[in-house]
Amino acid sequence: MSDFINNVVQPYFNFWVYVILLMMGLWALIAKNNLIKKLIGLSIFQTAIILFYVSAGVKEDSTIPILLSQSPAEAIDPSIEEPLPESGYHSPEVPVAAKVDTKNINPDQFANPLPHVLMLTAIVVGVATLGVALAISQMVFKQFGTLEENEILKQMKGPAEDG
Amino acid sequence: MASQYPAIIVLAPMLGSLLVALFGRRDHRFCVPIVFATLAIGLAAAVGLTHQVLTRGPVDYFVGGWQEPLGIGIHLRADRLNVFLLVAILVVCLFVAFSSIRRIGAEQTEKTPHFYTLFLLLCSGLSGITITGDAFNLFVLVEVSSLTSYGLVAMGSKRRGSFAAFNYLLMGTVGASFYLLGVGYLYLKTGTLNMADIRNILAVNEVVAESRGVTIAFIFIMVGIWIKMAFFPLHGWLPNAYTYSPSSSASLIGPLVTKVSVYVMVRMMVSVFGLNWIFTHFGWSDLVVILAVVAILSGSILALAQREIRKMLCYLIVAEVGYMVGGAWVADPEAWGLTGTLYHILADAAMTLCLFLAAGIFAKRLGAREIGELDRMFARAPLISVGFIIGALAMIGVPPTCGFFSKFYLIRGGIAGGHWEYVIALLLSSLINAILFFRIFEIAFFGKKPAEGHGHHDPEPPAPLLQPVYAGPMWTSTFPLLAAAASIILLGLFNGPIVESFREALEGLSPPMGAPTP
Repeated sequence: MSDFINNVVQPYFNFWVYVILLMMGLWALIAKNNLIKKLIGLSIFQTAIILFYVSAGVKEDSTIPILLSQSPAEAIDPSIEEPLPESGYHSPEVPVAAKVDTKNINPDQFANPLPHVLMLTAIVVGVATLGVALAISQMVFKQFGTLEENEILKQMKGPAEDG
Repeated sequence: MASQYPAIIVLAPMLGSLLVALFGRRDHRFCVPIVFATLAIGLAAAVGLTHQVLTRGPVDYFVGGWQEPLGIGIHLRADRLNVFLLVAILVVCLFVAFSSIRRIGAEQTEKTPHFYTLFLLLCSGLSGITITGDAFNLFVLVEVSSLTSYGLVAMGSKRRGSFAAFNYLLMGTVGASFYLLGVGYLYLKTGTLNMADIRNILAVNEVVAESRGVTIAFIFIMVGIWIKMAFFPLHGWLPNAYTYSPSSSASLIGPLVTKVSVYVMVRMMVSVFGLNWIFTHFGWSDLVVILAVVAILSGSILALAQREIRKMLCYLIVAEVGYMVGGAWVADPEAWGLTGTLYHILADAAMTLCLFLAAGIFAKRLGAREIGELDRMFARAPLISVGFIIGALAMIGVPPTCGFFSKFYLIRGGIAGGHWEYVIALLLSSLINAILFFRIFEIAFFGKKPAEGHGHHDPEPPAPLLQPVYAGPMWTSTFPLLAAAASIILLGLFNGPIVESFREALEGLSPPMGAPTP
């Protein structure tokens, strides 16, 4: 059992979390009778995918992907931070920004920003979907007087009062 | 100007929808000119782009000038695979806009600007899906077009329509989410979202291409797209959503949305994963072809069981999706099946448009929603019936129409790939379509036999049926129908150059396929 946890669960912990959330959402989507509960399932489903992407961008011991004039290691590690010598002003012909050595950046020190940016878009899409879904379920409620799927289906099977 | 065509195609309808939302609400008369102006601008750009692509080869467009390896650019790519579909999307939108001028006003006067806002957004989303060269942007555009189509389906005040739209929304969102998940795995493995970059990495890097992550990505992406295109076991949302929506929405969504999803599948197969990888490494093509056979047969048989005209057409769409998926997966060495699929996307858009427009006119103006109510329709509405017949003959596959040629290429692919079950299913389905439509022709030509009718029909009631339900200028809806019928025949007559162009594109995009799967 501990073998299983050490070799299968722990290295892929983020995958396990997202798959379990995904299945919870899918189950609610399929098995729940109430339309609003289905929508909650849909939200869980989408959020699981967002978590998957976000976890994909994270690295251990890394910082936010913003280039400072110092190297990122200096930015997070106070022990390396050594103040400039008293006399050592930046010489005027070398602006601060030019000190950033863009060639020798170690990408392992930065979290990958791209999945997070993508998920901002996906969150917006999810919110829009939820908004449309709530509007439609409101319409369903006005027309059927209920949000329970089995009652709606019963009403639709019933005498054809539908124009 | 000419270098900006790809952006104009997507942005013109989108700006149009904003303008309609702004000004259309003040005065509904603003709607129609804005719609036509933006669609015409988009169509002109699409035609110009087609000319560029055919004369000078593929066009790559980077929005804002951000070149691709940075990973944040929006890459639009037009090549021989998609320019024809772009033109087809805008032409279908123009025809439907034409036919909706009067009808949407009669259906829901209050919501005319809302309808046109969604209409143009859908058009923009679909052309964006078609032209984008980036896997994640494709997801966003798929959701743009899906959200608008949920709205369009729900717009009918009918009760079944809103519930169907709800189910459509659930299924559609699950499909798009699966697609997103697949793209996530692909990104983890390749580190890029650009289709061309992914293709290069998969072609060069054996380790990545053989990895399990890419296989899982492919499965997720395919299942997601299959839900979106209503491939048979996943088709549950389609018939109700298309049947109970307003007829203008149905004649816009029916011809375009599923077809564009098929195009996405082909695009993913050809220019992201690569045919070699799919048919040699992945190698599930036999299973998919069998699924397609099941889709074709069950779609046709379910269509035969329907009494409502529009529902019957919806099940025919399910069968047609089976044609296209099967054609793409037959894996014949010369890619005739894939050519047939690409051509059938265009042909099916024209046929479905024609039939949906005719069904809409039958329902709205002549009050005939069921097959039985088409009694002596040829005498009552000859022009509309001509359009309907042409659409029906194309569905059956009668030679001068495009339906014949697409079936010809698909069958050629099936034979070359050795998938005889697919060939037999295609022929059987044509046969069932013939039964289906000739049953309608009989009722519409000769009238219903008294013995066949329902009990309460007397032998002589055709006289009261002669009154049109909705009185208004007929030509706004007749013209697009006849234009769609003409485009069916033109597409059939000029299939040579289009198919040649597809074949050139397929040769250029993919290395020659390996041995066909046994």
